Amino acid sequence: MSRASARETLGALLLIVPLLAFLAVFFLWPLWTMVTAAVVDDTVSRVLPRTAAAIVSWDGRDLPPPQVHEALVADLRQANDQQALGETVRRLNSAVSGFRTLLSRTTSSARDGADPKTIDLAAVDPRWKDPRYWLALKDAVPPYTDRNLLAAVDMKRDADGAVVSEAPGASANRLIMFRTFLIAAIVTAACAAIGLPYAMLAAAVTGWKRSALLLAVLVPLWTSLLVRTTAWFVLLQNEGLINGALQAIGFIDSPLPLIFNRLGVVIAMTHVLLPFMVLPIYSVLLSVPRNLMQAAASMGASPLRAFWRVLLPLSLPGLLSGSLLVFMVAIGYYITPALVGGANDQMISSVIAFYATGTANWGLAGALGVILLLVTTILYLIYGRLSKSPQLLGA
Amino acid sequence: MFRAIQTLFGVTIVGFLLLPIVAILPLAFTSSVFLTYPIEDYSLRWFTELATADAWRLSIMNSLIIGLGATLLSTVLGTLAALGMRSEVLPLASLLRTVFLLPMVVPAVVLGVGMQMLFVNFGLASTYPGVIVAHAVLCVPFVIVSVSASLQGIDRAVEKAASSLGASPVTVFHRVTFPLALPGIISGAVFAFATSLDEVVITLFVAGPNQRTLARQMFSSIRENISPTVVAAALLLIIGTLCLAGLAAALRWRQERNALRAAP
Repeated sequence: MSRASARETLGALLLIVPLLAFLAVFFLWPLWTMVTAAVVDDTVSRVLPRTAAAIVSWDGRDLPPPQVHEALVADLRQANDQQALGETVRRLNSAVSGFRTLLSRTTSSARDGADPKTIDLAAVDPRWKDPRYWLALKDAVPPYTDRNLLAAVDMKRDADGAVVSEAPGASANRLIMFRTFLIAAIVTAACAAIGLPYAMLAAAVTGWKRSALLLAVLVPLWTSLLVRTTAWFVLLQNEGLINGALQAIGFIDSPLPLIFNRLGVVIAMTHVLLPFMVLPIYSVLLSVPRNLMQAAASMGASPLRAFWRVLLPLSLPGLLSGSLLVFMVAIGYYITPALVGGANDQMISSVIAFYATGTANWGLAGALGVILLLVTTILYLIYGRLSKSPQLLGA
Repeated sequence: MFRAIQTLFGVTIVGFLLLPIVAILPLAFTSSVFLTYPIEDYSLRWFTELATADAWRLSIMNSLIIGLGATLLSTVLGTLAALGMRSEVLPLASLLRTVFLLPMVVPAVVLGVGMQMLFVNFGLASTYPGVIVAHAVLCVPFVIVSVSASLQGIDRAVEKAASSLGASPVTVFHRVTFPLALPGIISGAVFAFATSLDEVVITLFVAGPNQRTLARQMFSSIRENISPTVVAAALLLIIGTLCLAGLAAALRWRQERNALRAAP
């Protein structure tokens, strides 16, 4: 490399580094924090590090060897962080009830005893002769866990460590994921059904008509998402403009239920996401020579046949990009379902928000977030592959 | 017949796209507490409420503070990076570009939860700097796209000419590159401000009650107890966006006119 180009590379890097560092700290790190919240479980191993190291050698049969007992006593003697100890107790008690009293009795005995080696745990509390408690401890010490990830898809490990499904009705995460994909698919289909003919129309006409059709797509795109959702919230009410107008012309007698249900969510989301479908199809169709349809007609194809055999195949790449984009954005939607949907229309984002802010279950919120992030990233990579410029319709 | 169907379809969809936004705006001027037509009496009472009620006034101030902060931060960082990405010798250029655009793609709730967990450790949770950096992350892609596009339009020969005439790199940037890229930088900043103004989800997670933005305030009042104030706020947001877009267009127009004058 010549000195001049090395200097240029260095200069370019210096310009990029500030943004790269900024995004690493405030964008990638938060995502990483969320991923680790889903898989790291060091509550117990942080408080009982020696036990965690010693218990690994125990094969889980009979009772653990004496060095594990000694390690536990030594750990409990030095567990000064009351809050961390409390969390450990809570975690173990949720695995086997009775751990709370067992640990508090053992802790005080361990602290009273002069020499940790002389303390006989079975004499302190006979429950230490029950392998169930030791097994729960062995279960809880690995610093990584798949518990949250399994719970996110309604699964768990049974007593033997095999992965099994939760009892039906115990958890609804699978249902919500299915619902998220279903709503996103319906919205994508609705956008495709409206967006494809609309983009074809915009590409077929010229002059002010084309400008008007494009402006009608761009104005909503640049109008605040919140304003558009507010608009639908007001319009879809029982006393809203739509029901009012339909009743005024005598079309219906009583108001149609349009809000706080699936229909309202699909209408509002289709309105919000339609531009993302129209613009990719339109830009693909622009590159199609205008006389192609005329050529097909001159060779005897009926308009329908010319559409089916010429225009539709040519617009497919745009349709595919648009569909991926709409689907990808739709599965992460939060505001519109939260405001226009009912309890049965909440999507995966709402559940993540519920676990994070409602119950402070960071592990499960993180695990569901990992799944949503993974699906979105895969769709984005496919989208980037398909369209030449991987930028979205931002600017 | 076919033409008639075409026209009908076009008009219907244009109506579907535009009417919902237009239809609710007159309700901002109702004197009633209900968001229903017909409007019996017009008044400005909901705009007065917007300007005087503490919650709304504070949220408008917050939106301006946070929006300006996020715009400044993202425009400076994004413009520098876009300048760096022009270099053809940059390694991993396409990967870098993907990373810079990623905040546009990642679901907002996922990012919000992660930021909330992390910001608590930094002491950034429920602070103005915390909300500003969170918004700036979301604004960066818009700045990158806009500034890159305007940089692509600059003829490299102009810069080469300047440096062959003895201008130092700093002078070339100051006198040639920057003025030519300015329209792109300004429209990037406008997009950034509009993004921050409209952001709700991340704000829900990282902001405390003192950093409530206008959008966040609208979100909770729609949820809890909707009143025409929300529509008045929506009208304010639309006018704000229109003014910004108009400002960007005017600056760009002036720029082009000056460029024409300078090169007769």
